[in-house]
Amino acid sequence: MGVATYIKDEKDAIQKVLLQSGIEVKPSYTPEDLERVGFDYETDLGDTGEFPFTRSIHPEGYRSRSWTTRQYTGFGTPEETNERFKLMISHGQNGLNVAFDLPTQMGYDSDNEIVEGEVGRVGMAIDSLRDLEIAFKDIQLNRIGTGLTINAVASIMLAMYQAMAEKYGYRKTEISATPQNDILKEIVGRGAWIYPVEPAVRLIGDTIEYAMKDLPRCNPVSICGYHIRESGCTPVQEISYAFMIAFAYMDNVIARGYKAEDFVARFSFNLNIYGNLWETVAKFRAARKLWAKLLRERYDVQNKKALFLRGIFGGGGSGMTKQQPENNIVRGAYYALAAALSGAQTTALCSFDEAYTIPTERAALLSLRTFQILMDEIGLRDTVDPLAGSYFVETLTKEMEQRILEEMEKVEKVGGMVEAVSSGYVQSEVARQAYEYEKKLQTGEITKVGVNKYTEGVDMEVELHEYNDEWAQLQIRRLKELKRDRDGAAVDMSLKALEKAAREKQNVMPYLVECCKTYATVGEMADIFREVFGEYVEPNIF
Amino acid sequence: MGKRKIRVLLAKPGLDGHDRGAKVVALAMKEAGMEVIYTGLHQTVRSIVNQALQEDVDVIGLSIMSGAHIPICTKLAGFIREQDIEDKLLLVGGVIPNRDIPVLKEIGVDGVFPGGALFSEIVSFIELKAQRA
Repeated sequence: MGVATYIKDEKDAIQKVLLQSGIEVKPSYTPEDLERVGFDYETDLGDTGEFPFTRSIHPEGYRSRSWTTRQYTGFGTPEETNERFKLMISHGQNGLNVAFDLPTQMGYDSDNEIVEGEVGRVGMAIDSLRDLEIAFKDIQLNRIGTGLTINAVASIMLAMYQAMAEKYGYRKTEISATPQNDILKEIVGRGAWIYPVEPAVRLIGDTIEYAMKDLPRCNPVSICGYHIRESGCTPVQEISYAFMIAFAYMDNVIARGYKAEDFVARFSFNLNIYGNLWETVAKFRAARKLWAKLLRERYDVQNKKALFLRGIFGGGGSGMTKQQPENNIVRGAYYALAAALSGAQTTALCSFDEAYTIPTERAALLSLRTFQILMDEIGLRDTVDPLAGSYFVETLTKEMEQRILEEMEKVEKVGGMVEAVSSGYVQSEVARQAYEYEKKLQTGEITKVGVNKYTEGVDMEVELHEYNDEWAQLQIRRLKELKRDRDGAAVDMSLKALEKAAREKQNVMPYLVECCKTYATVGEMADIFREVFGEYVEPNIF
Repeated sequence: MGKRKIRVLLAKPGLDGHDRGAKVVALAMKEAGMEVIYTGLHQTVRSIVNQALQEDVDVIGLSIMSGAHIPICTKLAGFIREQDIEDKLLLVGGVIPNRDIPVLKEIGVDGVFPGGALFSEIVSFIELKAQRA
């Protein structure tokens, strides 16, 4: 996906290249192009690690520190996930990225009738602190950073992570968790929403505010252009929407009396890698520059470190195909190369079998090895931003920057991101882009190897990660035992206090930590919010 | 009386929120001249069947990415039999491994369109098979 549109003559020579973002690529670039786009070394590039950070946020890039690899992991029971975590760490992975099952993401307990067939299927099932204790047993929580892929109930899971770490004797000030916690992108692209837009954004504000004092090493929000791109938008829109979402969360916290400078350094981004290599690299360089400039201009952020666009760049799920799945191994390697050329701090890669199901152990390891080969064998740690100074890449970076700003303006015109998502404007724009792309793919205007070109040959049989129904039974049994054994009165009291805080618009985080410590379940806490906030209703975009 | 348009209920059952496929197919069906009612996310199987009845559709299309297609379709096929609306065409799309296709057909799914299926295949299948009232 994201591959460009090519117009060719009858001899197969390329007449025109049009990137998905609408930018036309020329056959060659010269210093005149740099002049045309107004490129200036000091203001557009700067030295490595210096404002506007187009080249990198660290002066020595991967020389001083290789990237963090964080394959998305989790399935079945907490025990199974714990085993896979340890396996990936023993193979050199240095961060975790937790996949939760859909019931957990949607704030339902495993024994809820609605979730039948879904327990432990696409991630691990977490009903209470007891499960999280099992999942992170023997993991060094002061050394390993953990991404928590959860949004609607991210506040609950972050509180539970703190409660779990404290239970294992760590201080809350030394643990590092990155809950995804980006509800606006869930509404636009990933669908795991529960509450209406406004209270949902408020919960995110609560986590950011809480983390400032209590969880200083946590990154309370990871803004995900990634999923919006997966849903069909262009690379330019991906960055524009991500920035507009970030501003929406920032404005919520600023309205509580803080300055952006107080908290924005802990923001991180989750952005997508796939498609055209040059467009991808230029996207990240333009994004790093724009983020720093916009924070300075619009939010008066001065602290250098607070201007860094940090994040996990990777994935590429939409680029992977069900047809000829071995090709995905090669695609993954190119995506990882693009991530490295883009200066990703953290990366993860969809595995070659992900068009079928969640990755097998073998496929997950192969992705990890892909990263290790790039960093340890091929030379990606040698020098920072090796494409800098290319007439083409610098011109494209400037062009992407301009288009990102234009797209942001469109959202501003409809009243900002909260309004643009509430009305369905963004959803409808993304669906339209997805449809246009799909049509081009089906007519062959866009080439996808093994899908609409070079389709001969026999598909490899993919060994599938098997779903085990017994996991659900075990999970439900454990939940029953928990409800029998815990101090019911303490649970009730903590839940009542939570409800009061939610109604009175106090920051709910300390109350959630207390609930978690009494072994209140995710479903019980999420239900309190359902009662107080209600549920989101999708706007009709058809 | 002219033929009425083919009416399709496109539904996202279960908790899976990946709706790119459903939305893209909805737009393709509309462009092919069908009337499309999209349920939105997080629908229970029971509510999908109820909406199919209320809207008097010819086709029920499910989009499932979570891997739970077999339990969901089994349950839905049961309700369809219960309501005696087996004349409605039942289609499933999404992340569906090849080996599950015969299983789904056995359950009572009329057409399976895994990711990558062409719009033209889906549209012509419906035009051929959908029974009009």
